[in-house]
Amino acid sequence: MATAEEVAKAAERRDVRDRWLLSAPALLVIFLAATGPLLIVLIYSFLTPGPYGDVKWQFSPDAWLSVFMERDIFDDTLSLAAAHVTIFWRSIKLAVVTTIATLALGFPTAYFMATRSEKTRDLWLFLITIPFWTNLLIRTFAVLQIIRNEGIINTILIKLGIVSAPVQILYTDTAILIGMAYVYLPLMVLPIYASMEKLDFRLVEAGYDLYATRFKVLRKIIFPLVKPGVIAGSILVFIPALGAYVTPSVLGGGKNMMLSNLIELQFGQGRNWPLGSALSITVMIIVMVALLAYVRNAGKSGVRHG
Amino acid sequence: MPEKPDRNAIEVVNVSKIFGSGEGQVAALDTVSVSIRENEFFTLLGPSGCGKTTLLRLIAGFDFPTAGEILLYGEDIAPLPPFKRPVNTVFQSYALFPHMTVADNIGFGLEMLGKPKAEIKARVAEMLKLVKMEALAGRRTSQISGGQQQRVALARALAPQPKVLLLDEPLSALDYKLRKEMQIELKRLQHETGITFIFVTHDQEEALTMSDRIAVMSSGKILQVGSPRDIYDRPAERFVADFIGESNFLKADVVGVSGGRATVKLSSGTKIPASLPDGFSPSGKVTIVVRPEHAQLGAASPSASLSGTVENIVYLGTDTHFHLRLAGGEPFIVRRQNSRGAGDGIVQGGQIGIMIGSDAAQVLKD
Repeated sequence: MATAEEVAKAAERRDVRDRWLLSAPALLVIFLAATGPLLIVLIYSFLTPGPYGDVKWQFSPDAWLSVFMERDIFDDTLSLAAAHVTIFWRSIKLAVVTTIATLALGFPTAYFMATRSEKTRDLWLFLITIPFWTNLLIRTFAVLQIIRNEGIINTILIKLGIVSAPVQILYTDTAILIGMAYVYLPLMVLPIYASMEKLDFRLVEAGYDLYATRFKVLRKIIFPLVKPGVIAGSILVFIPALGAYVTPSVLGGGKNMMLSNLIELQFGQGRNWPLGSALSITVMIIVMVALLAYVRNAGKSGVRHG
Repeated sequence: MPEKPDRNAIEVVNVSKIFGSGEGQVAALDTVSVSIRENEFFTLLGPSGCGKTTLLRLIAGFDFPTAGEILLYGEDIAPLPPFKRPVNTVFQSYALFPHMTVADNIGFGLEMLGKPKAEIKARVAEMLKLVKMEALAGRRTSQISGGQQQRVALARALAPQPKVLLLDEPLSALDYKLRKEMQIELKRLQHETGITFIFVTHDQEEALTMSDRIAVMSSGKILQVGSPRDIYDRPAERFVADFIGESNFLKADVVGVSGGRATVKLSSGTKIPASLPDGFSPSGKVTIVVRPEHAQLGAASPSASLSGTVENIVYLGTDTHFHLRLAGGEPFIVRRQNSRGAGDGIVQGGQIGIMIGSDAAQVLKD
């Protein structure tokens, strides 16, 4: 006769086995589509570039070396790859600023949506998701139409007599930021809204009752409670923003190279697949380190998940 | 009972609150006026939707009155936001901050008032002791039981020493035994802190046990304000009599009024004295109310006030309910406390006389 403990253990084993079986299809897809190719990229980064693209199966640390260093073609000395560092820095800066801008715009938006009546909330949610129906390229060109010299903004400004000549917005950093903020805003709003919707607004009343002003209630009660949403939103925006390709090229006019352009170059005209692979992995490492630091730092002041 | 000073802590003057607009507008409060004395345990009692919570929210500042004034020690606070009113609330759901410890919750109000750290710490310790929660100061609010959350909510609202404490059905989520304990606990806290309590409930028993005075509300109006004994023994309106305790309603004719008392003639033809609501002088047909325990049973004889048939006898341990049918067809219930010993010869189906004492009947306004 099995004791209750043995029965419980057997049930638990069965449970674990079932869990693995159930998740097997998903794990398979994840391995084939993500982990596998990633391994290939990792292997490529340690090989020698082939003359017409592709790789020669010969070990070489050169690709990794040239991520941050460049070899002088005359005296063979190594120096810091200033161009790469500049590009990395530019992309990171853009991703950070985009995250901050979408947070600044998205937080009030999410608050507004969450404080509407149940029926109108769904309408706002629907409106927020509309941009997802449209191709990114089309959305970016739509922004271009608005901010170009003959675009809506400049036409209105001139008609109103505020400026005499069009303000140059297109092909500046401002243009890139406007485009990025527009494209990534829903990714920030949705997770914050999801947290905010669950927020018990009686806590807000309790805060007011206990002498907290509106700003204090926001800082001491609302913000800590929706922090999981803010963290999720920031991650969802930061990662794709770091690798943004279309928006900076179209709105920035391709004047300044971004990380994505640099990597694309290696697999295209540059014919240096190992360097492209090494750069890709470097970006991944940067993202992972940044996220770990961010989540750990944000989690410190104590919101528990779940 | 200790002498209550006559100062009013809160005066509600002709306050109305209308929700919605146009066709769909609802008057949650309809020109309500009431004065709540300093250091009083005052209860707003009524069924759900009667406006009691609305009135509490207006005093707290979560809603603003459509018309009228709310005075706190003579000063109109109706236009002030809640964080500028020296009034704190214990919420029905407690509304404890889930991201803070028990101690941080209690200290929140003082922190927001900008009190020095040392003072907050001392006051929080004092509050923890007051509600007997010292051992759990560092816990998160999700890690304590419902009864403990209730105590923390109380401590949090009391910590900033509000002039008035508002309690919105704070005991409704607790089980029966805990509710009983908390009733006594609340009364003790009110006594020890000397703070004016305004307590909202739909539970008549809660209201009767704890309150110094009760306001009975219905459909956005205050029907009667008085001590628990007043409200129970001398209900002014049918709703009050019906809502609190059990009642026998009888039709009667007023045959004479003198000195705040009336003589009424019952359907049986017997004349009995009845007390009148303050400032009410009726004539003609009225309804009187007799509490089931205020009537006595006796032999069916001409000297009895009323007579009827025993329809049902319900034995409840401490007392027995006799469900009677009067000669005129109306039901009548008499409650009698049980003593040990043999039965008293009252049997189902038998004829019986009902004696209504000289102070048992009360005339209703409606």
